[in-house]
Amino acid sequence: MTQPATAAQKQAPTSAAKSAGDQESSRRPGLRWDVRSLSLLGVLAVLVAVGGITAPDQFLAWSNLQLVLTQASVIGVVTVGMTFVITSGGIDLSVGAMVALASVWATTVATQEFGFAGILFTAVIVGVGCGLVNGLLIAYGRMVPFIATLAMLASARGLALQITDGSTQVVTVGSVLDLGARDAYILGIPPLVLIFAAVTVIGWLLLNRTTFGRRTVAVGGNAEAARLAGIDVRRQRLYLYLLSGLCCGIAAFMLIVLSGSGQNTNGNLYELDAIAAAIIGGTLLSGGRGTIIGSVLGVLVFTTITNIFALNNLETAVQQIAKGAIIVAAVLVQRRSMRGGDA
Amino acid sequence: MAPQPPLLTMSGITKSFPGVRALDGVDLEVQAGEVHCLLGQNGAGKSTLIKVLAGAHQPDSGEITWRDKHVTLGSPIAAMRLGIATIYQELDLIEGLSVAENVFLGHEPTSAGFVVRGSAARTATAELLKRLGHSEIDPTTLVGDLSAAQQQIVSMARALSHEVRLIVMDEPSAALDPEEVDNLFRIVGDLTADGVSVIYISHRLEEIRRIGDRVTVLKEGRSVAGGLPAETTPTDEVVALMTGRNVEYVFPERPKAGFAAGRDPVLTVEGLTRRGEFAPVDLELRPGEIVGLAGLVGSGRSEILETIYGARKPDGGRVLIDGAPLRPGSVRAAVRAGIGLAPEERKAQGLLMLESVSSNVSISTLSRFARAGWLDRRNERAAAHQAVRELSLRPDNPDAAIRTLSGGNQQKAVLARWLLRGCKVLLLDEPTRGVDIGARAELYAVIRRLADEGLAVLLVSSEVPEVLGLADRVLVLREGSVVHTADARELDEHRVLDLVMEGSLTP
Repeated sequence: MTQPATAAQKQAPTSAAKSAGDQESSRRPGLRWDVRSLSLLGVLAVLVAVGGITAPDQFLAWSNLQLVLTQASVIGVVTVGMTFVITSGGIDLSVGAMVALASVWATTVATQEFGFAGILFTAVIVGVGCGLVNGLLIAYGRMVPFIATLAMLASARGLALQITDGSTQVVTVGSVLDLGARDAYILGIPPLVLIFAAVTVIGWLLLNRTTFGRRTVAVGGNAEAARLAGIDVRRQRLYLYLLSGLCCGIAAFMLIVLSGSGQNTNGNLYELDAIAAAIIGGTLLSGGRGTIIGSVLGVLVFTTITNIFALNNLETAVQQIAKGAIIVAAVLVQRRSMRGGDA
Repeated sequence: MAPQPPLLTMSGITKSFPGVRALDGVDLEVQAGEVHCLLGQNGAGKSTLIKVLAGAHQPDSGEITWRDKHVTLGSPIAAMRLGIATIYQELDLIEGLSVAENVFLGHEPTSAGFVVRGSAARTATAELLKRLGHSEIDPTTLVGDLSAAQQQIVSMARALSHEVRLIVMDEPSAALDPEEVDNLFRIVGDLTADGVSVIYISHRLEEIRRIGDRVTVLKEGRSVAGGLPAETTPTDEVVALMTGRNVEYVFPERPKAGFAAGRDPVLTVEGLTRRGEFAPVDLELRPGEIVGLAGLVGSGRSEILETIYGARKPDGGRVLIDGAPLRPGSVRAAVRAGIGLAPEERKAQGLLMLESVSSNVSISTLSRFARAGWLDRRNERAAAHQAVRELSLRPDNPDAAIRTLSGGNQQKAVLARWLLRGCKVLLLDEPTRGVDIGARAELYAVIRRLADEGLAVLLVSSEVPEVLGLADRVLVLREGSVVHTADARELDEHRVLDLVMEGSLTP
């Protein structure tokens, strides 16, 4: 929508271009994503309508809304980290495994002795530690992100199984369990939703308002140009995988709160859900463009679909087919809008 | 040769790309069994012409006659079917496939239409390699494991695996050492004895004299002379045909002599070298001075620039800024010391094509606009705006998407990046590539003004008049070595071409 205007002023005279630039608020960076985000909001609205019609009593209930948001929170936090990585032209396949490892490490009997802080600290540190390994391998070991994080996926899952021996580690720390109780609220909002909201806001600011975000976009858009412009591309890559690990650590803590336990099967296929949500949100898989708002909307769309299908007692098989169709449709729309803008 | 009709006649071929008229009326006539040489400066249209002949580009107008029949070369396959094979300068082989698989790629001998008969391909490949005098190459070797010279032989085998009547060779000797060049010439001799024609592109006049029959000279997309005898046409005449362009470049005036002379050098390069790319280079650059590096593609120009900038790690020597040595192989050290680079491939190496002008300009200066990592975007945008305004970039809108800008304005955005950063040394690699004629003069003026304001500029260009017109001092490069250094006013295009092609000045 903004493209024709800029294309037309290619050779526009000075004065005209100047006033156009000042008035063209839709081109202001940061608001650039409104159009695509709006279309995703539209999809969400349609889904809500579908849910309201097919299961009127249950779907629109306050408790159900709360459930949807809570379910979206864990994968949502992972997706924010993933969005940064994809924007930089990378990929992190190990997010699900990192969530699993962090959740079981943080719920061992030894860790639980340190209470709430011990669990939170361990979950975050394990996430960051895994992210550090990913980052070092990719940035300084010059490994392809796909391979490095695939290796992390395998090892972290294996280590998680090793720690638990396949059993569920039940959490006995009261303060942690309280946070996940049905009637737990902070400022009138379920705590996990609040964490998700906070991560989203911080992520948005980080991507759109800081040098870190700008460098992420630059590395993803053209790593060679970024290097020749004097950006430390390797260090930036390291930080990005650290960030993804950090998000996974936070998500692992949230999952512990939600389920009251730690399991080595936690976070199964999170990598696919997070990548899919980021892509349908409008983040380019090839890097150079990322949108936190889009990713969050993508997560909400997927979670809502799951919820509607569950309320209508439909099989998960059908659900997965619908998910796949949405991914294809979103990418086709994205392709078209890209082609429209490319001269 | 009079009674025989020519194998190939091209007449009035034109081809335009956005902003550039690459071919502007080319005539070419090739007889069966001759070695026809194409000569011309960089950008004269040789590459475009052979791509038209290979079916990779469609001409806008003009006629192609092949063995007395009017033809259109609509695709590479169409050209191949007629018997035209092209061996490009950058070899187009697939490294992960074997020699035989490469040779028969796309026309594999098959059973039942789709089962590849590998043994037949290997046998045929072995025969072709033997014919080329390289029976030591095993058809089952992966191409990636071969040397550059051997890969060239494979490329040639691929050409010969078709029913071929005309082979186009684009600078085939560039990657070869003298012994291999002898073998190449022997192959060319055998081919022409069999009645195959060869179009041979080379900058080396001595080669053209040795194997060429006739020469066609291109200049600015036009054929200025066709069918000259290769052996007897004097060098002088050939060079004269290649030089003296019609387009008048408008260059800004140089400041009075001695303006920069009294100052201490800001950039000193001592014995900088990279094996296989360029021999040790010494260079001094003073504030206010523009120094040009002239030479052919592959003479090491861009490599020198990128090594000074730290984007390539030198094998020896050092770079000093204001007398302080830089950490070798570190772009960040170079940028911090005050060096800026406008790279050769503007889109691939210089710009973030998805971003705005403002983001592209501020990318090297981000931390200046940030407090604790927090960007002051209004300040950033205003500073970027100021920088692009100083260079009269159009449109005067920092929010415009960079990809919508013309080549000249994109280049200005790259210059604005370094202007904003306030660097001392600017390295310009082909600053006017893809920039149309009108916008060039403006770019020249901008570069000269930056120098007048105290910047030291090192300029690389494959267009000799550009180097001579813009630079104060010129270093002429040939095959990785500086062969001559002189005041730009003491050189002319003719002399530079002599140096570049022959390695010495002809009397």
